[in-house]
Amino acid sequence: MKLWEIAHSRTGDKGNISNISLIVYDKSNYNLIAEKVTADIVKQWFGAKIKGKVERYELPQLGALNFVLYDALDGGVTNSTSLDKHGKSLSSFLLEMSI
Amino acid sequence: MKKIRIGSGAGYGGDRLEPALTLIENAKLDYIGFECLAERTIALAQKEKRLNPDKGYNHLLEYRMEKVLPLAHKHNVKVITNMGAANPIAAMFLIAEMAEKQGLKGIKIAAVLGDDVLELIDDKKQYQILETGKPLSSIENSIVSANAYLGVSGIVEALNNDADIIVTGRVADPALFLAPMIYEFCWDMTDFDKLGKGTLIGHLLECAAQVSGGYFADPGKKDVENLWDVGFPFVEIDETGEGYISKVDGTGGIINTATCTEQLLYEIHDPANYLTPDCVADFSKVEFDLVEKDKVKFSHASGKTATDSYKVSVGYQNGYFGLGEISYGGANCMERAKLAGDIIQKRLEKYTFSDLRIDFIGLNSISPLNYEVNEIPEIRLRVSGKAASLETAKQVGREVEALYTNGPAGGGGATQKTEEVISVASIFLKKSEVQTTIIYKAI
Repeated sequence: MKLWEIAHSRTGDKGNISNISLIVYDKSNYNLIAEKVTADIVKQWFGAKIKGKVERYELPQLGALNFVLYDALDGGVTNSTSLDKHGKSLSSFLLEMSI
Repeated sequence: MKKIRIGSGAGYGGDRLEPALTLIENAKLDYIGFECLAERTIALAQKEKRLNPDKGYNHLLEYRMEKVLPLAHKHNVKVITNMGAANPIAAMFLIAEMAEKQGLKGIKIAAVLGDDVLELIDDKKQYQILETGKPLSSIENSIVSANAYLGVSGIVEALNNDADIIVTGRVADPALFLAPMIYEFCWDMTDFDKLGKGTLIGHLLECAAQVSGGYFADPGKKDVENLWDVGFPFVEIDETGEGYISKVDGTGGIINTATCTEQLLYEIHDPANYLTPDCVADFSKVEFDLVEKDKVKFSHASGKTATDSYKVSVGYQNGYFGLGEISYGGANCMERAKLAGDIIQKRLEKYTFSDLRIDFIGLNSISPLNYEVNEIPEIRLRVSGKAASLETAKQVGREVEALYTNGPAGGGGATQKTEEVISVASIFLKKSEVQTTIIYKAI
């Protein structure tokens, strides 16, 4: 199934760093995403888009993971020539992942 | 126990006004904060101020204050905003003039100054830029602005001096909301646990509708009632820093644990170490409880000692951005769009661009993933690049437009744009070097 079926997500940006939250609707699914959606998997999922490392923070009481993606925004909002300079749409592309 | 109510009147510079007015009229607020500065807004405002010393504040200041002033006065709501941008003094005088014209009396307006540290960084050219690791001297000749993210101190002082409307330049976004808590509850500036709790509240409020159903809806999965009429949020808190977040009954939108969790993590890296000028906030143990419809209790935020530095955003001129777009539709449109992209690439070869991108809107302009696509009804070619001169940047749009008569069949809807690129670099400055001053105008 796609992550979209069990979780929601929002992207934020600071400079050239993107952060993407992944939050399950039902906390009983937290262990599943914590096991399946590792920092390495997320880095692989986005491929060449993410040029730096990916870190993951865990907030089990909220059923949430927070991914921090370095060198991820083509230079960041004030530098980038890409259409979605903030990387706002990355959250929805993370939810496309099948687990 | 004493309780106060703080509302959020804007989550970005161009935000909607109606929900803010609804809050002032109906939410029994004590304060309303308008957060209106993005990363490079001040750099752009600084350039405006250079052309006209009376400008350089938020473009919607007048539009907002026309309606906010009489309502806030009538309902006894204090207004705190960073709409001063590069020119809080001019903003203060404009607000005073508007209030006088409206016949309002007994209003004290404050302008908080000190965030503009352009002169202070003159001898800091060896300081390292956070984003690139290079010294500040690498952008020395292009710098247009330097602004420190100040904390609450100036706003708290203005409140102590009975200001009703407080206009700042760059301050940390949560500070607009944390300051009235410190003032009302007499929190000590070394009580970092309380400052962490207040910072959580500021963080939840600073993007306005983003916690109350805006930027949340996903039809069929995350439905939001009457999103068209989305209400802005307010909090009610007591002196312990505990409380709830809600919105005015009857407005659209939704506040639940899901909206609060999305906003909690918005623009956060390590939730246990959220650096602000006033404390290092710890959101890692935060819990949300839905106590009734659209009313969420928050708890378990805390904080640690603040660092001894301010983050400073340095705005600098970084060349020119050129953009051109054209659409293809119907039979074989993808192949015609690709051919157009190849042609543009060759025609632009003789110029020097950095980050020249050729994207197809509808296929891969925002997607980092590769999708299998069979047939699409339409596709839009997007070409963008950065160049050292405006003239070179213009070539992007010119060549894309020229595809009309010099490119594949059936191109339509060509548009072009160029703009100056103002980029932002960050450095850290010792707090002891930065002086905050406040000036007042009473009417």
